[in-house]
Amino acid sequence: MNILKEANCQIEKETVKIILPEELDHSNAIEIRTQIDKNIYLGLAKNVEFDFSKTKFMDSSGIGMIMGRYKLVKPLGGKVILTGETGNVERIIKMSGLYKLI
Amino acid sequence: MKDVLKIEMYSRPENEGFARAAVATFMARLNPTLEEINDVKTAVSEAVTNAVVHGYDDETGVINMEVEIEGHALGITITDYGMGIENVERAREPLYTTKPDEERSGMGFTFMEIFMDSLNISSCYGKGTRVHMTKIIAGGNSDK
Repeated sequence: MNILKEANCQIEKETVKIILPEELDHSNAIEIRTQIDKNIYLGLAKNVEFDFSKTKFMDSSGIGMIMGRYKLVKPLGGKVILTGETGNVERIIKMSGLYKLI
Repeated sequence: MKDVLKIEMYSRPENEGFARAAVATFMARLNPTLEEINDVKTAVSEAVTNAVVHGYDDETGVINMEVEIEGHALGITITDYGMGIENVERAREPLYTTKPDEERSGMGFTFMEIFMDSLNISSCYGKGTRVHMTKIIAGGNSDK
């Protein structure tokens, strides 16, 4: 499956920025995770920026994916940045307690 | 008005999106608010994902989804015939997951509980799980 169709990934100043798809769930979270982690493991980035500006739906699989990236980059001194989240996505993130963690 | 929708699908990840889109379309006749649609879509997504990831452990199996509408009441039943849940009380606890390595957040049942009015889980270890959820869709109407 070609992840680039749905999620665009770019690197700038040690930050891998991923433009998330319109709907983020278990079916695509794994591919997005792989795409991000590859850049981290290769040492190309230590921060992850999730851009939700196109995302209208996310469930707990998205929460798990963000938490997982946080656990991965924290020991490297990296951070997780969330941008563009609105509506349902913002509500889910608030409920999960993610804002308190990252 | 009473109506029912029944869908039988394989436990493929692609069907998580299909299931929530089908329910969203079916419930449109209740004139729901955007928030109500999102609540239901999230709950359905969690239940179907649970069946795919936990019920069948990513093997192929059958998931049945039944959606009922009666007046403003929406009822959704999602059934799998997979491995079942050993301890339902434990599974309902926020952040509890049997698959931390796969980055499951442990929020599935919590979200179903928050977004729906009621959540009933019956599971038989080794035989499968049935999740029944209900929600009153007040929509733009005031006569809830």
